[in-house]
Amino acid sequence: MKSAFGDLELVSASDLNEALRLLGAEPGWEPIAGGTDLMVLLNAGKLQGSRFVSIRHLPELRSITVLDHEVVLGAAVTYTSIREHPVLRAEFPLLPIAASWTGGIANQNRGTIGGNIVNASPAADSAPPLLAYDAFLRVKSMRGERTIPYREFHTGYKQVQLARGEMITAIHLPRQFAGWAHYARKVGARKAQAISKVCLNGVLQREGNTVTGIAVALGSVATTPIRCIAAEAELLGRSITPQTVARAQEALSDEIKPIDDVRSTALYRARVARNLLAEFLLTAHDAR
Amino acid sequence: MRPITVMVNGIRHNVTVPPMKRLLDVLREDLGLTGTKEGCGEGECGACAVLVNDELVNSCLIPALQVDGAHVCTVEELAKGGDLHPLQKAFADAGGAQCGICTPGMLTAATYLLSKNPHPTRQQIREGLSGNLCRCTGYAKIVEAVYKASGSEA
Repeated sequence: MKSAFGDLELVSASDLNEALRLLGAEPGWEPIAGGTDLMVLLNAGKLQGSRFVSIRHLPELRSITVLDHEVVLGAAVTYTSIREHPVLRAEFPLLPIAASWTGGIANQNRGTIGGNIVNASPAADSAPPLLAYDAFLRVKSMRGERTIPYREFHTGYKQVQLARGEMITAIHLPRQFAGWAHYARKVGARKAQAISKVCLNGVLQREGNTVTGIAVALGSVATTPIRCIAAEAELLGRSITPQTVARAQEALSDEIKPIDDVRSTALYRARVARNLLAEFLLTAHDAR
Repeated sequence: MRPITVMVNGIRHNVTVPPMKRLLDVLREDLGLTGTKEGCGEGECGACAVLVNDELVNSCLIPALQVDGAHVCTVEELAKGGDLHPLQKAFADAGGAQCGICTPGMLTAATYLLSKNPHPTRQQIREGLSGNLCRCTGYAKIVEAVYKASGSEA
């Protein structure tokens, strides 16, 4: 049952300021970029809002900027642009990999990184890499702007740290992961276009045999995408041995809160999450 | 209602439509171009795939206002006069079309793939068409048709 198109307002923002002005206006407007989530809700008759401002064409939201210390993605950068970007592929490879997992080609041409973040699915493919890479979000409104560590952005199931009138405008990635080991594996019912049962992303840096940097991030095992900091703590400053791997697995098991749902069971997810952590660590260990 | 101008298959159209009306419905209802199909209506099946400014998209997920001023290419653009496009001919020869509902989207996705990668491997064809579902499950012949149309030997 489709929503009645005639009742819905949609305007094309002339620039970012106009978009922010509308988002702060009464009654509220919502931004729409690629439409790959909102239009699905519309087609299902489940769309909540009725006034939308299109932002996908705004140049300040569409660029990928490479600076000395960070790479800045506009919020309306598409999965296709992420997949094709040479610096992302070289230094943040988990993000292009996640982009390649998200929907088919047509949706990758339309869907945006900012949209994936605010849609706030615990199974979002781009969430674990953003967590692993310590991304932070630039958020703007008519009142000003602020920066939010992505790690703090998801506060509960589909709950995010965005006040009324605020919009994510950019995602910042610190350029500190060149030379690290990067690992990503998504376990789903099929390889293409499936929503994950469990997804683990990891990055790891070593000096000799000692782990000097590590991040472990998972999707689909809690109400939000999560960083497993207790598992990381078991490894930081130590070497990868059967004992440290086992302790990290135990820590991870305590940090995740998987559930039974249509896609999988809590038991399966817990087991697979442990196995993926081990695979990540052993692969990183064998990399040199 | 909003007046929009859209170039479809090289022809300029001015239509006045609700701005959130789906491009799919504008094509089928306002312009009478029924080659583009509706399958799932949620961007999963690719039956409604068209090109917008040379990019492959699902037209069920695009509000009309977002194609104001854009160039849209549908399956109707492929055949020239009475001559089938090489992809269409390859689909016919290889048995790549069964019930036909997925075929316009498959052809559009294949057109896009070959525009980006003129000589794809079978694996690249499978990825290029991974957003297009065939309810007859005739994937092998579809992949073969695209492979042949790309000029690669079978």
